[in-house]
Amino acid sequence: MPILLLIIVLGVLAIAGFVLGRRRALASVEGNTRRLHSLPNYYAWHGAIMAFLPAIAVLTLWLIAQPLIIERQLSGYFPTEQFENNSQRILLMADVRRVAEGLDVAVAAGALSETDAASLSADGSIRERLAGVGVALGADVTPQVLEASQAYRQLAANGGLWRSVLTLIVAVAGLLYALRITNGDFRARNRVEGVILGVLIMASTIAILTTIGIVLSMLSETIRFASMYPFKDFLFGLTWQPSFQGNSQLGLLPLLWGTLYISLVAMIVAVPTGLFTAIYLAEYASPRVRSIVKPLIEVIAGIPTVVFGLFALVTVGPFLRDWFAVPTGLGSSGSSVMTAGLVIGVLNIPFISSLADDIINAVPQSLRDGSYGLGATKSETVRQVILPAALPGIVGAILLAASRAIGETMIVTMGAGAAAKLDLNPFEAMTTITVKIVSQLTGDTEFNSPETLVAFALGMTLFVITLGLNIFALWVVRKYREQYE
Amino acid sequence: MTDATSANVPASAPVPHASSLLTQTALMKKRNAAETRFKAYGIAAICVSLSVLAVMLWTIFSDGVSAFKQATFTFPVTLDPERLDPKGNRERDEMMRVTTIGYTNLLNQQLVAYLAERDISTEGVDDKDIAAFISRDTPARLRNMVLDNPDLLGQTIRFEGFATGRIDGYIKGRVTRDTAERDTNISVAQLDLADRMIDEGILSAKFNWSFLTAPDASDQRPEAAGLGVAMIGSAYMMFLVVIMVLPLGVAASIYLEEFAPKNRWTDLIEVNISNLAAVPSIVYGILGLAIFINFAKFPQSSPLVGALVLTLMTLPTIIIATRAAIRAVPPSIRDAALGVGASKMQTVFHHVLPLAAPGIMTGTILGLASALGETAPLLLIGMVAFVANYPAGPLDGGMLDPATALPVQVYSWASRSDPAFIERSAGAIIVLLAFLVVMNIVAIVLRRKFERRW
Repeated sequence: MPILLLIIVLGVLAIAGFVLGRRRALASVEGNTRRLHSLPNYYAWHGAIMAFLPAIAVLTLWLIAQPLIIERQLSGYFPTEQFENNSQRILLMADVRRVAEGLDVAVAAGALSETDAASLSADGSIRERLAGVGVALGADVTPQVLEASQAYRQLAANGGLWRSVLTLIVAVAGLLYALRITNGDFRARNRVEGVILGVLIMASTIAILTTIGIVLSMLSETIRFASMYPFKDFLFGLTWQPSFQGNSQLGLLPLLWGTLYISLVAMIVAVPTGLFTAIYLAEYASPRVRSIVKPLIEVIAGIPTVVFGLFALVTVGPFLRDWFAVPTGLGSSGSSVMTAGLVIGVLNIPFISSLADDIINAVPQSLRDGSYGLGATKSETVRQVILPAALPGIVGAILLAASRAIGETMIVTMGAGAAAKLDLNPFEAMTTITVKIVSQLTGDTEFNSPETLVAFALGMTLFVITLGLNIFALWVVRKYREQYE
Repeated sequence: MTDATSANVPASAPVPHASSLLTQTALMKKRNAAETRFKAYGIAAICVSLSVLAVMLWTIFSDGVSAFKQATFTFPVTLDPERLDPKGNRERDEMMRVTTIGYTNLLNQQLVAYLAERDISTEGVDDKDIAAFISRDTPARLRNMVLDNPDLLGQTIRFEGFATGRIDGYIKGRVTRDTAERDTNISVAQLDLADRMIDEGILSAKFNWSFLTAPDASDQRPEAAGLGVAMIGSAYMMFLVVIMVLPLGVAASIYLEEFAPKNRWTDLIEVNISNLAAVPSIVYGILGLAIFINFAKFPQSSPLVGALVLTLMTLPTIIIATRAAIRAVPPSIRDAALGVGASKMQTVFHHVLPLAAPGIMTGTILGLASALGETAPLLLIGMVAFVANYPAGPLDGGMLDPATALPVQVYSWASRSDPAFIERSAGAIIVLLAFLVVMNIVAIVLRRKFERRW
């Protein structure tokens, strides 16, 4: 039975549980709902949940376990040394699955009968016969693979049958159990609420699962990378020269330098502009000006970064090249550290300004009044009273903005260039960690060469740097925050 | 504080000299000037940010608006049945034998003949150069039109077809006589002919619907490239993201805000959520590639994988917004519900959640808007691939077919060499920004309409 149909049947059983559960509860108290422990609908939901939830859990487990079990069963068809080797086994199993699927298609198209498919021998004609129904097989099919795939089909068919039977048994059993224990005294609400609470808890653990997923996926591939390429050369290498023929030089430092240099330019743009914007909006602007300008500044934050990327590529890059780089003789390329840095800086202005604005507004009015009372002007108050009081928060905001600049991808991909260089000239094209992650992982890639796996190591580096900055920012804010009462 | 201010205040007390409050001392002048300067820095900072924003939007719009127009030929085409249906039986399968080359030749000859008929001088341009005016996409469209409606054979129809990218660029001012001299794909004589054709009304710029509906086209045919597949892909993804992120985000927020005990585990979850909100988006792309494509074997480039990645990416932001909305519901509501005998679960689902719903909706829409514009993670899961076929309908497994997304299409067009694609890219941004503006307006209206101050 196909899985979708099975799920629909489970849904029908759940509806039956809903109706029957409610009816049974009402019948047990002769229709007098006041004698029920819970509202009638809770009994209905209890019936539905008991019919659906255990069955769907069994189905999920089965779907995960079946391929693993079948794989183990098929080990008899291949020489042990082939099967012990991890990558060879994966290739073999892929072959087996493809042939089995091809046979399925052939049977469905009527090109083979079910008995033919089970008794085919590997005489080399199988490729043509499958090609006839539109299934293209890569290499020739070895007798072992063919036998294994025939066995695979058998096992999969058996598995599919037992899967349906077991799931339905569990569903019906759950339904009957729910009906059996339903009576006026049964605490249906507590149980239903318990299930709901369980669902809520599961939803909240997604965040942790995501983090674990990120760390595990990058860590495992990084370890694989380290087994193919000396990790010390990766961390301290001064050249980045991947070549897919082998002999690549995959040094992190030029990329790290480009990333930090671009982020530095970005912060030089964003920090003063963002801070002055925040100060003006918080201290000087009239409520009317503030209500117009603040949303306008925040529009910048709502524009997708790819738009900034195109702006860097077609406007900022050529402008800087024609007006600064070429006249001063510093460079001749439109994509440069300056291009990407300036545009990322603009992108980060609203981020810094709105965080700093909140922080400045949180400084109590009494501090300002005290300063004005002593005869300080507004700017003196800002510089000598408000900024020192808001400093931890502002430092935190700047660190968060720096971590965003480091992790920014689209603007640098479109505006910074692709050449990995250790250079000081800001009008030279340089590249960053994120650009290289994109370029190593897009397109058709095989995940067994150091040239692609290095992207995971780069991702890990990026993750560690940004995570470190974020945690440091939170720590600064917590540790140095002034408490005003 | 005190020593800092004393440095700036003149120690004027001991000597009663002739200073007055009405005249400024030199120091006061200096301090006031500093004040003015400080204020000017603020105004300058705001002006810089806003003018960069204005310049950016203006360049994008002025580049992109022309993508909605397209140089189009309008001339009568006689569909010769001898050539398009040699067997003469109007069978679709038989007619399929005539390839686009047959239609190309037909169109070229008819255009040349029509120019001769209208007495338009073709000086300096041979027939081959005239044929080069017509986009390679146009014969294919004519062919599909004829195959769909064989009755057209034998008739003379007023056919509208696209001109090539260079002619298109000439009408829009991107290609000039100066650039044509250096360009092997177009000659000045051809531009002269184009001028004469414009005067005669054969060639004109028309609104280009196919920019919104057609799929992407290859490097050689910028005039045929459209956003159809990208818009379907984005729509599928947004749909899947909503149905995944909203229940998950609301459930997680309810638990953390209303039920979670204060312990290590919930602390860990909270720290995790705030950290995930600050993880660079490309890291989610790596996660999607490693887990959904390499491990779970979901199809590459599919909207499903894109939606899963975007869901994980927007989940933290949505949880943060939803928790704020739930926290804004005053405790008195909960106390009243509990007081009349509701269970904790009933209180939350019957009272707190409905009252927090407008805030949750606003936060969700803004989260979706940021997901709609996100590009980097989608590049890694293969959505940057060239997709020329529409994905199937949502019920026929279209969520698993390869597709692209609007922001990714912007990127992939921007990285092609022909400048005609830059115009398309800016045009795609206009479409993307239009969607974002609509979403933001909906969010603002929701907030204005339902916001309640307790």
